[in-house]
Amino acid sequence: MCMASALDIIQAGKPPRATFVDYPLGHTAGKPFDPDDQLAIIREGLIALETMRTAGRIHRLPNRWSADEAWKQQAGATTGADTRRPRDETPQFQTETDRAAAIAAGTLVQEIRAKS
Amino acid sequence: MSVNYIRAITERYRRLGHQPYRWFEADSEPPWRALDKPLKKIRLGLLTTAGAYALGQVAFHYKDDSSIREIPSDVAEQNLRFSHITENFLVDPKRDPNCIFPVGTLRKLAREGFVGELADEFFSCMGGIYSQRRVREETAPALLEAFKAQRVDAALLVPM
Repeated sequence: MCMASALDIIQAGKPPRATFVDYPLGHTAGKPFDPDDQLAIIREGLIALETMRTAGRIHRLPNRWSADEAWKQQAGATTGADTRRPRDETPQFQTETDRAAAIAAGTLVQEIRAKS
Repeated sequence: MSVNYIRAITERYRRLGHQPYRWFEADSEPPWRALDKPLKKIRLGLLTTAGAYALGQVAFHYKDDSSIREIPSDVAEQNLRFSHITENFLVDPKRDPNCIFPVGTLRKLAREGFVGELADEFFSCMGGIYSQRRVREETAPALLEAFKAQRVDAALLVPM
């Protein structure tokens, strides 16, 4: 079951089964710190996994992100900066502590060898 | 009306002078396999494309990183991290990973018996890969093998 929050992109990809929730990107599995919303979305996705009978259908969930739809103006803007980060082959740790943890765990060995 | 991301992003990049963005469009109808047991009996897998990794693992990089991470399904939520070329969409997942990598949500559903059991390992990749060939030849086969090794009956795929 493919959960989705970008309807047109998932329609182009044609997964066998999909569930669409009309939320801003980054929230495919629910609103932050809202366990009821998160449970409702995942439960609906699983029910659809069991009950869908036809390939290519997209099950749309009724959940609403907010009372108004102002967030869609920015998300769908055809002008604006490129918000992507520079394409670089260095691991992009969320924090320096994470990098230290990876070195301590031995998973970052290759990078250390490459630099020495 | 849902957001038309393909039109918006194509137009935004065109105005910035970028090469035309090549969106993936499936060239065949999707395959189908019915679920052959009730949810209460299934072993369930999970994949997010949001670049999740666990503390102690190597973060993803931003240049067509086609690798995958295996993350134990009993991972502590506070030990989950994210790295993805579109970091701007990760503000909330970094605060509450269940927004995009629903480990806590699935553990609740397994505890209450809504699904049979969870795979021992869940998976993550960094979905901002600009080479469709590398996704087809590297990431997708690695994920297929990983899911097979976990003997899952079904999986939730959670793209960002």
